Amino acid sequence: MRLSARLVQILVTAAALSFVFYMLLGLMPGDPIDLAIMADPRLTAEDAARLRALHGLDQPLLGRYLAWAAAVLRGDFGFSRLFAQPVAALLWPALLSTLVLLGWAVGLAACLGVGLGVLAALRPRLSPAVQGLALLAQAMPGFWLGIMLIILFAVWLGWLPAGGAAEEGQGDWRFLLLPVATLGFGQMAAYARHAAAAMQGALGEPWIRSARARGASEMQVAFGHALPNAAVPLLVLLGLDAGALVSGAVITETLFARPGMGKLIFDAIMGNDYNLALLALLVVAVVTMLGSLAADLAQRGLDPRLR
Amino acid sequence: MKLYAGLAILGGMAALALLAPGLMGHDPFLPDLFNRYAAPSAAHWLGTDDLGRDVLLRLLHGARVSLAVGLGAALMALLVGGLAGLLAAWAGGVTDAVIMRLADALLALPALPLLVVLSALDPAMIGLPRGEAGADILRIATILAAFGWVGVARLARSAALSVLAADFCRAARALGVSEFRLLWRHVLPQLVTPLAVATALAVGGAILAESALSFLGLGIAPPAASWGNMLANAQEAVFVAPLVALWPGLAILLAVAGCSLVADGLRR
Repeated sequence: MRLSARLVQILVTAAALSFVFYMLLGLMPGDPIDLAIMADPRLTAEDAARLRALHGLDQPLLGRYLAWAAAVLRGDFGFSRLFAQPVAALLWPALLSTLVLLGWAVGLAACLGVGLGVLAALRPRLSPAVQGLALLAQAMPGFWLGIMLIILFAVWLGWLPAGGAAEEGQGDWRFLLLPVATLGFGQMAAYARHAAAAMQGALGEPWIRSARARGASEMQVAFGHALPNAAVPLLVLLGLDAGALVSGAVITETLFARPGMGKLIFDAIMGNDYNLALLALLVVAVVTMLGSLAADLAQRGLDPRLR
Repeated sequence: MKLYAGLAILGGMAALALLAPGLMGHDPFLPDLFNRYAAPSAAHWLGTDDLGRDVLLRLLHGARVSLAVGLGAALMALLVGGLAGLLAAWAGGVTDAVIMRLADALLALPALPLLVVLSALDPAMIGLPRGEAGADILRIATILAAFGWVGVARLARSAALSVLAADFCRAARALGVSEFRLLWRHVLPQLVTPLAVATALAVGGAILAESALSFLGLGIAPPAASWGNMLANAQEAVFVAPLVALWPGLAILLAVAGCSLVADGLRR
């Protein structure tokens, strides 16, 4: 499929999702005015009714959605109720923080995982260990691993902070280390298992035999011939995993109290902050779909047959 | 071998969960505030939690909830996903395209933020009872099945496609067997293994997802115990009693690994 068609597909999906999310948010208990009533005992029933009318909350859900969509098309994403700021301004720092976490975790997991997988394919004696590690990592809740890491490195050893984000003048890496390890470990084990399988498949191909017959060294065979071919199925996996990765980032951020998209979405939903929740959910969905798209494009770059 | 190992793990957990609470003398819900975070002892084998409740006993009660959610969600996913996959493979054309595009879309989206939205809904607004533990289990299982059916549907569809193209199906059609009978008598029996694999994987996935939701405070509400909400409680106290956080995670690990082993074993 052409790139433009894929982008259009993503846009259409995002538009459909915005409708679904809006309806679902409408099904949540209470509305922002209910929370305002709880927060301010002097608010009377008339005030509440006036506020509801002012913010259009007395309108039917469908009408509210259309009004929201029209405003968004004009570039107006609305204000956040919780933070009293334009929603778009809140989103960027959170998105950046999440992308940094995701980038490090995926990068490290891919390097280490592929390395382990290649090792397992070249040295079959190590293969059961990699398989066992993968089974373990896939059965383990990521956030539990995070808690265990906190206990080890923050409580017992005291080397790293248990959570939070770097303040002005502090190095960010100390706050990143444990979340990246938490998020990356499960991915790493999955990559290792799939890389081992893909490498074993590639090493059995006839062109590997002919490369050996030409006198290529084992290093050349493994990294020059087998790995580039094994990388294509790995990228498929990476693209399919984009959703799981983002989910993992959400829970990792909550565990480590990192101010990213996960925490933003969670707070917005709990605080009936419709505008913020809606846009944050949409951005997360679009980022995930763009991640899958990037993996697809990388596949095509690697494998001329797919073009 | 793997199959039996997995079944032994899951069976053992289920048996312990059903039997043990009756055999032990404590109440898993009664706080004992003079005995908070007690170290493991003869009376409390794994110690006590933030309200002085026996950790082992709560683990076993949590096992009931977590296994029930996992099994319930997987069975719903099996029913919906199996039917959807079979229908897609049998009908082909537009039906197939619609079902599989929907599945692709669900697969491409980040599940957890969506699960958070779904669990924040007011169950009363969509006609479900709210508040009771049993209703909570059903609610979470339904929400998880809304995502879990995709995996089952994909496996069912690909298996059904190859069966429908097999000679015995063409022979049955040539003999004039009705389409329903074809699917019921000739196709479905061939799908038992892939469906069982998909269900085993779905149980494991649902247990993991439930623990994540309960950890975020959106799953099973306290005082009912689930492995996820026990972890959430324990996380707040890592500086006081780090070991309390160890056990629920190990229980999840064991249960999900058991499911993976069953799935792996069935695949052979």
